Order: sequence, then structure tokens, then C-alpha cells
Amino acid sequence: MRIIRFLLQKEFLQIFRNKAMLPIIFVIPVVQLLVLSFAATYELKEAKFALIDRDQSIASRELVSKLQATGYFILQSEFTSEVEAKIQLEKGEVSFIVEIPRDFQQLLSNNKATSIQLVIDAVDGSVANLINSYVNSIVRDYSATKAVNINVAGLQNIEQFSVKKISTQAINWYNPNLDYITYMVPGILVILVSMIGLFLSGMNIVREREIGTIEQLNVTPITKFQFMVGKLVPFWMIGMFDLLLGLALARFGFQIPFLGSLTTILIIAGIYLVLIQVLGLFISTITDTQQQAMFIAWFIMVVFILMGGLFTPIESMPMWAQKLTLANPIAYFIKIMRMVLLKGAGWKEVYEMVLIISVVAAGLLAVSVNRYKKTSG
Amino acid sequence: MNSFKGFVIKEFKQIYRDTRTLVVLFGMPVLMLLIFGFAIRNEVNNAKVGVLDLAKDEVSSVIIQKISASKAFQIHAYLTSYDEVEAYFREGDIKEIIVFEKDFARNLTRSGSATIQLITDATDPNLANIVQTYTNAIVGDYAQELNASSMPVVGIKVHSKMLYNEELASVNLFVPGLIAVILMLVSALMTSISITKEKEMGNMEILLVSPLKPNHIIIGKVLPYLVLSVVNVFTILVLAKFVFGVPFVGSYLLFFAESILFIVTALSLGVFISSVANNQQTAMMVSLVVLLLPTILLSGFIFPIKSMPIPLQVISNIIPAKWFLVIVRGIMLKGSGILIIWQETAILIGITLVFITLSLKKFKVRLQ
Repeated sequence: MRIIRFLLQKEFLQIFRNKAMLPIIFVIPVVQLLVLSFAATYELKEAKFALIDRDQSIASRELVSKLQATGYFILQSEFTSEVEAKIQLEKGEVSFIVEIPRDFQQLLSNNKATSIQLVIDAVDGSVANLINSYVNSIVRDYSATKAVNINVAGLQNIEQFSVKKISTQAINWYNPNLDYITYMVPGILVILVSMIGLFLSGMNIVREREIGTIEQLNVTPITKFQFMVGKLVPFWMIGMFDLLLGLALARFGFQIPFLGSLTTILIIAGIYLVLIQVLGLFISTITDTQQQAMFIAWFIMVVFILMGGLFTPIESMPMWAQKLTLANPIAYFIKIMRMVLLKGAGWKEVYEMVLIISVVAAGLLAVSVNRYKKTSG
Repeated sequence: MNSFKGFVIKEFKQIYRDTRTLVVLFGMPVLMLLIFGFAIRNEVNNAKVGVLDLAKDEVSSVIIQKISASKAFQIHAYLTSYDEVEAYFREGDIKEIIVFEKDFARNLTRSGSATIQLITDATDPNLANIVQTYTNAIVGDYAQELNASSMPVVGIKVHSKMLYNEELASVNLFVPGLIAVILMLVSALMTSISITKEKEMGNMEILLVSPLKPNHIIIGKVLPYLVLSVVNVFTILVLAKFVFGVPFVGSYLLFFAESILFIVTALSLGVFISSVANNQQTAMMVSLVVLLLPTILLSGFIFPIKSMPIPLQVISNIIPAKWFLVIVRGIMLKGSGILIIWQETAILIGITLVFITLSLKKFKVRLQ
């Protein structure tokens, strides 16, 4: 026990004496949590468009003002030729071009079909899709009012077109305003805590090896197990501290509801952080230089983050990739955080995932302890 | 000049003799592109939904059929009452529950309107939004089919043309983004580590007392990584084209020139980090913790910058990857020439110059 205590003391001294590291460990994560949580939305706020109105009629004006009235679309500029409009589109100054043909009003008032042309910058396919469906529904509404007007004017019986309408009514549970901050904050917190844990522990043993101090530790009577504990506990504590800080910020800064039990979250976080540290130590035992270790840790982290289901939904991935996420601890922990914090889930709903995390952590710990050899060469 | 040549050769040897690191440096970006190229999508695929059909009539069953036939959805559960909704959501697999009101078909024929409730698990609001949009589209199509016979012919049709990315594939959006993320992190991370390593090992003293000028030392350090990154750009490009079929409309020459510019930006950022950091650990933590998330989130790689709150849009301007992304997407997908993207290029050059000046100022020729 005494040995472990001294080991811990040594590790803490080593961490805290490096003044440049302190802000990276404690300040930057908080700042990132505060700032980046706001970045992650697909919500279409506004899109600018260019107009080529060849008709210059009342009807075309009406349609354009209908488009603007939604608040989504802003008329950026008007052109007479397609070439100029396309240059703006290419520069990204407008997101789409609306082109109204010459005989628009005439055809419309003569009860004939007409069309408008929409050219959308589809580099971001999902944005393009949204724009397309918004514009379509606006035009459909406009077209319907016109049709009714014409029919009334033509003294036809409207009843004969018994338009059937199926409306959908959206109800959003747990997050009625579709506020993405509520969703992002727990997820980004998980990522930040994992990043710090993985990078710190991943560099640790390999650093001792690179500097040569590991030889000195090897000749002491410290057992493998004590050595590992001495390496694990400090980073675990730092991770937990960061997590608590983040949770406090989420609760009191972002006003995120904590429906589930905080104790549950903390216990699971404790197990999860062990897994992350052990993963870092494992990387540390299989690499020779800090450079290698960091590159591998970085790679694993990017894979975990991008396949964690936080930024792009796991549901969008192809089947094999969805299966791969079963091996992603970040995906589990993000899911658990969301379920417990936002939906109030308890052990019954999450125990399977917790079990998987625990088993993987234990297995990896066994492998790392085994791989770490006290003899060199 | 001769000593500089010798130094560069030494640097190359030092990096390229370590096969393990080399495999990692060349292999990882390829692996990453393969994984993410296939896996990162923002359209929905096989989302699990539940159905609560209180009507059980011919119209509701047709709509249910249409939903289950769609590639986006997979009907995972049939509920019998509202009380079950919560249990299913708490389990976490089901993202949406589609509720048909009682007498759905009758309401539709009698009063001409009927309602479907879409209850979503909005803990992931982005996903909830997408799922709703998809369901709405299916229902809307069906309603249009119903009305096709009785609708008047008059009306405005919208002809939509999707420019630059006709099939609306998200690969085409994400691959250019991946190039930026990979280059940024590899270049900045690697240079910052390799320079601080010399400091930590004490080799910096030897280098400083040698007849090499400080800027020669830095250029020598950076050159191998420049070569390495250019090779990476090349492999990524080949993969993008032949594995993912991402179109390449613009000029290859311009693309490589811009890539080299961006690599230099990232390298100069790496040099700057190493001039601030004292040891490898600090350098790595700075390049990873500080760069990773902002590069992914604020560059427009996944989330459109236009959707962000204004302060974040302002901050995103200092992220070099943002400008490079605009350039790469421009060249690859739109075929933009330098006339279209000169502003972004100028900004990148500006950022690079700032980093170089800062690091020259910070780089200490003497030891404390």
C-alpha cells in the first residue's frame, strides 16, 4: 500500500509540475464544451438565393415574396442571365437559383400548367434536400391558392375536387423544442473526458521508456500490478474531476435536465474511465516512442468520435459499420449518458452496456499487465 | 548549403528508417478514409420505428407498407397502446413511433382529412428531424397519389436541378472534409512532436551550436513531413476517385498546389506549437486536445457553418481547415478555378504567414 502511495505521489508531482499542461487538462475542455456544443446542428437557418425573373409579372413577384415570407430564404441578388447567377452559386454566395419563365403568369391565369426552375448547390446533399422540399411545399401552397382562385373565378364547383389531406403531427419526446444543445453537451463532454484520459495515459509508460526512467522503476521491488495501479489512478482521478466539472456546467450552465440518477452516471463513468485509461496503457505497452503512441491514440480517438453516433447518427451508417460501433466504448457511454440524463433510464435499461464496458476493461487490463515486462530487451 | 543538405538527409533517414511509424503514417490515413468514406452519412438508413395502428384499416395498412418498404426505415415493433411508447423509447432502439388515429380511413373519406402522429425520441434532435422529414415525404407522396385523379391540371411544377452533386451523396461532401482533417492533424501533430523531441532529448543544443541557421533547422525538420503529406494527398485522391467515385471536376494542378499550401499552413502551425511547448507531452496535448474537436466541428466538415450561431461563425474563420474545405470542395465538385477561390487561398496564405512570423519570434536561438 505504501509503495502505491509513493507511486501516486510521484505521478501527481510529475503531472502538476508541468505548468503548461494544467490549462490543457482543466481549462481547455471546459471552454470547448462551452463553445463547441453550439456548433453541432444541421438545422437550416437561412439560405440565400438568386433570382432570374424572366416574367416580371404580378404572379412571379407574388411567388418570390412567398418564398421570402418563410424567413428561411433571403433574396440575395437578381440577374437576367443564368451565367452570372451560376458564378454566384459557384462562389457559394447563394445556395440556390430560382428561375421563373417568361410566360409564367399567362399560363397560370389561363389555367395551364407551368413550371419554375430550381438550381441548387448540392455539395451538401442534406441541405440541398431541405431547400428543395421547403421550396416545393411553398410553391405547392401557392399553386393551390391560385387553383382555387381560378376555379372560383371560373364558377366551377370546388367540391368536385375533394382533395384528401393527410396531415402529420409531430410530437418530440424528451426534447420538445428539438434543442440540440441538450443532446450535444453530454456527448461532447464524453468525448473531451475520453480524449484527455486516452492521450495522457497513452503517452505515459512509453514516455518513461523513451526517457529511460522505466529501467529505474524496473529494478525496484514494485510489482507489475502496483505499477499499473500507480499509472491508472492519477489519470482516472483527473478524468473524474473533468467529468464532474462538465456535469456541473451542463446542469447549472446549460440547464440540462438530469432525469436519471447522478450516482448511476458516476458509477458508470468510473468504470468507463478505467476502460479508457487501460486502453491508453495498452497503447503505451505496444509502442516504442511517444510519437507512435500518440499517432495510434489519435487515430483510435478519431474513429471513436466519428463513429460514436454523436455527429452523424449510427442509424445512417451501413450495416457493417453499425456492427463496428458495437466495439466503440464512446458510443456506449454517450448512449448511456443520454438515456440516463435525458430519459431517466435506470440500471434495468443500461446494465447490458455497462456489463460490456466492464468486461472489456477487465480483459484489456489483464492483457496490458501481462504485456508489461519488468525485464528489458 | 552543403551542411543544410546533409541535415535534410539526416532528417529523412531518421523518419524513414522507423518502419513502424512509417506504416502508421501512410496506413492510418488510408484506413481512416476507407472507414469514414463508407460509414459517415447523414441520410438515414434502416432507422428502427414502431407503429401504433389504432385504425387497422386499408389506408393505414397501405401507408405502413410504404414505410416498411422504404430503405430508411425498418419497422421494429407493433404497439397496441400509448402506454407502451415510453418503455420502447427508454430502451433506446426505436427512434420514432407512428400513430394512426382511430377511424383513419373513415375520417379521410368523410371529412377529407386524417392525422398521423409522429412521436419521435428527440434526445437526438438532428436524427428526430431527419426521421420526421422522411416520414412526411412518404405520407405526402401517398396523399398525392390519392389525389392524382381528382386534382386539377393547373399548377406550378418545380424542376429541381441538383448541381455539383447530382446523386446527393454524402461521400462527396465528406471526402474533401476528411482530406482536410487528416492533413491538418498529421502535419501539425508530427512536426510539433519531432521538434520538441529534439528539445527534450537535448539534441537542440547540438543543432544550435552547429553552423546551421535556425530557419534551416526548421525547414529541414519540416521537409520530410511535407513530402509524406503530399504522398498522403495523392493516395487519398486515388482512393476517393476509384473507391468512392467522388467526381473530380477541377484542375489537378490547382488541387495539388492548394494542398501543398494547406500542408504548409498545418506544418507552420506545428512549428508554432513546438516553439511554445517545452516537451513532447505538451506539444501533443496542444495539437490533439486543442485542434481535434475544433477542426472537426468548426470547419464545416460535418455541420454546415451557416447553421451555427453568429459568434461561432466568426470563430470558424480562424480555423484553417474551413478555408481549405471550401477550396477542395470547390475544385473537386464544382470545378472552380483560381478566380473563384482566390480569396480563400489568400486567407490561407495569410494564416500561414502569421504562424511563421510568430514561431520565428518565439524560436529561441539560445537556451535559457
